[in-house]
Amino acid sequence: MGEKILMKGNEALAEGAIRAGCRFFSGYPITPQNEVPEYMSWRLPDEGGTFIQAESEVAAINMIYGAASTGMRCMTSSSSPGISLKQEGISYCAGADLPFFYANVVRGGPGLGNIAASQGDYHQSVRGGGHGDYRVLVLAPNSVDEMANFPKKCYELAFRYRMPSMILADGILGQMMEPVEFKFEPVDPKSFKEAGWELGLAAGRRKRIVRSYDLREGELEKINAARLKKYREIEEKEVLFEAKQCDDAELVVVAYGTSSRIAAAAVKMARDKGLKVGLFRPITLWPFPKKQLAKLAEKSRKFLVVEMSMGQFVDDVRLAVCGRIEVDLYARPAGIPSGEETFAAVEKSYKSMTPARAAAPAKTAKPKGKPGRPRKKPAKKAGRPAKKTRKGGRR
Amino acid sequence: MYQGIRMSGFGGQGVISAGILLAQAGLLEGKNVSWFPAYGAEMRGGTANCSVVVADDEVSSPIVSRPDTAVVLNEPSLAKFEPMLKPGGLLIVNSSLVNTKPKRTDIRVALVPCNAIAQELGTIKIANMVALGALAGLTGAVSIEAIAKALPKVFKRAKPEILELNVKALKKGAEAKAE
Amino acid sequence: MELVNKWPAGLVEMPLRYCPGCGHGIVHRIVGECLEELGIRERTVGVAPVGCSVFADDYFNCDMIQGPHGRGPAIATGIKRSKPECIVFSYQGDGDLASIGMAETIHSAARSENITVIFINNAIYGMTGGQMAPTTLIGQKASTCPRGRDPKVNGYPIRICELLQSLEGASYLERTSVHTAANAIKTKKAVKRAFQNQIECKGFSLVEVLSMCPTGWEATPLNSVKYIADKMMPLYPLGVYRSPEQREQKEGGAA
Ligand SMILES: Cc1ncc(C[n+]2csc(CCOP(=O)(O)OP(=O)(O)O)c2C)c(N)n1
Ligand code: SF4
Repeated sequence: MGEKILMKGNEALAEGAIRAGCRFFSGYPITPQNEVPEYMSWRLPDEGGTFIQAESEVAAINMIYGAASTGMRCMTSSSSPGISLKQEGISYCAGADLPFFYANVVRGGPGLGNIAASQGDYHQSVRGGGHGDYRVLVLAPNSVDEMANFPKKCYELAFRYRMPSMILADGILGQMMEPVEFKFEPVDPKSFKEAGWELGLAAGRRKRIVRSYDLREGELEKINAARLKKYREIEEKEVLFEAKQCDDAELVVVAYGTSSRIAAAAVKMARDKGLKVGLFRPITLWPFPKKQLAKLAEKSRKFLVVEMSMGQFVDDVRLAVCGRIEVDLYARPAGIPSGEETFAAVEKSYKSMTPARAAAPAKTAKPKGKPGRPRKKPAKKAGRPAKKTRKGGRR
Repeated sequence: MYQGIRMSGFGGQGVISAGILLAQAGLLEGKNVSWFPAYGAEMRGGTANCSVVVADDEVSSPIVSRPDTAVVLNEPSLAKFEPMLKPGGLLIVNSSLVNTKPKRTDIRVALVPCNAIAQELGTIKIANMVALGALAGLTGAVSIEAIAKALPKVFKRAKPEILELNVKALKKGAEAKAE
Repeated sequence: MELVNKWPAGLVEMPLRYCPGCGHGIVHRIVGECLEELGIRERTVGVAPVGCSVFADDYFNCDMIQGPHGRGPAIATGIKRSKPECIVFSYQGDGDLASIGMAETIHSAARSENITVIFINNAIYGMTGGQMAPTTLIGQKASTCPRGRDPKVNGYPIRICELLQSLEGASYLERTSVHTAANAIKTKKAVKRAFQNQIECKGFSLVEVLSMCPTGWEATPLNSVKYIADKMMPLYPLGVYRSPEQREQKEGGAA
């Protein structure tokens, strides 16, 4: 464990990847992630690695396809429009079961959009992104410290499960500076052992093929079924999340990445006012903490999703709770909410909870039941879902 | 303590590096800090600005939309950041370059002739340090000593005499008073 | 360095947001004047790139479309084939045209698409903050080759006019510069000719303009002018690389 140093998010990400063993980077300039290739361009050669500024994102991702096929710890990064161009190659890597790591420092969209922070690429990230049936491991940091330390985790998961892994960041996380502490010793790439699928020097062994197709009848389904099994295992074992003040919370704010920090400020303001509000933050967006959220839905009375997009992330939250609890949405598509604005949304959501129990704990609150009309259903029912419904849920 | 700070001026006036210095000083004092710049095409207009947070608690949003303190080194920055200040907030104005008087009465204002003070010390290049010194003195967010210690970490290639000059500017700035 | 003082009808009356000493503004003015002088402003559709000149969609006083990075010639193709009566031009930087959009550049030339391409070669990525471009000179520093472009690591600069010269489809190729008033006048002649060729249905025309980027080069406007004369022109010689006349002769000879 080192001392804390002040670093820019993009540079911390690049340095974190190098310390985690990355020795090959190809990319193409795009704001707000330019500091990643710029950092790699001088730092990687010093470590005996390769940096290539590709002629396009399409070329960059195919360089990765090649490098990954040799077992190299490689990386690419981009921002939204560039990630769109990389989707073909990502799909090929997923189809060929190749591990590699990439980062999307998301900006406003669609199209050329703008260069400010956004969370508009949520669906693209957690639903695979390119064509075909596949998943990508998605980690969502909310601090520069996590930007620095997550690449290692991403490589470990990618190589353990032989699939792409990514960091979903945004313009704020990429551009801001914060104290960073690298919580691991630099990994020596020479210490990696071959797993047996890597292309390269073939003397004394059978030839190997890396490919993403199988045209023989019924074969592709078998391959995809095996992949599905792997995905199930990941959903079982690799979920990461953070829950704060959720134990007694009536309202749980659910947010990831940058918006989870802003939400944290709003939650603090709410607690200061005596409102029982907690914060749940998924760290892995795929696998999604479905079970944890479903469990929380039994204890609390309402969720409020805060996201810097139109309402993409909220889909996964609603799927996880399967209608067992009301889920409000505070959406800021291509906007960055302030703590105060987010608190206003929290307060509104809290106060519109059916009056019976919401009024009780908050002593400072004024006569809350003032409109005097339960908005949707009688208080009793909304309080907790009946056991039956719960069991009738998933699986 | 939670200080959300906005620093703004022409590109080249050094608000970006002064902001980094402030964050670095906060870090040396064991505080939670963040620094966030206006970036990309936003800067083509010629003004640069950054947000800095220095806090005992966790930093929530690194973008300071309601600053506790704003440092404005040029005229356009005053128009932009005076209205954003929190009531009771502190506005530090480089009165060498900003002729307009702040209008709000619900804030504290410190008029500091940063360029003139810097010139007296030898070069207007350190006007940003005078402003930073004023900020440290008036808010207590970080100490002058911490900034002095942060200087060689941020300006890695600066000569010792330049660093010394910067410290002088900081100290001079710290004498500023607010109304 | 401005040629005339009147605001050309081909440009919207608004301040251009380019850096002081940037070449884009000069070329904008030249294109705007040509649209006016050729009387084609009202039937011209322009394609703005991704790059500093993304704002060209505001600046040119004709119908404009802004598209994905590097795809200008493909977009222009779609417009031209749908509305052949329109004059269609694509305005692009070197990252846009010679890097990510190289395939579109080569293939629109190979198809001899009847469009006009204005290519600004400033040997750097301006918009994104000074990264290496495919046209960056050997030894030139950029933020993704901080020690200077090294051919062993970063390869060699691409000369677009020379490259396209080998394609039968290219009808008119000329390289000019805007670092002096005299050169700007020559650039205007070339741009006019590139539009004239399209009016006469002669096929693919491209004018490559060597242009200053003081911000990306971290140089003063004056030194930027010198940089073009001393460093860029030896590598990128000015002149006509292909003309419709040459092409007709060649085809005539072959037949
Ligand atoms: C698909 C995609 N990749 C990358 C970018 C980021 N980008 C914006 S402008 C630009 C390059 C600009 O350079 P150039 O074409 O030389 O024009 P200049 O700014 O120098 O005029 C890049 C890479 C983008 N917008 N879209
Ligand atoms: S960065 Fe370069 S190309 Fe862009 S506007 Fe400035 S000088 Fe012109």
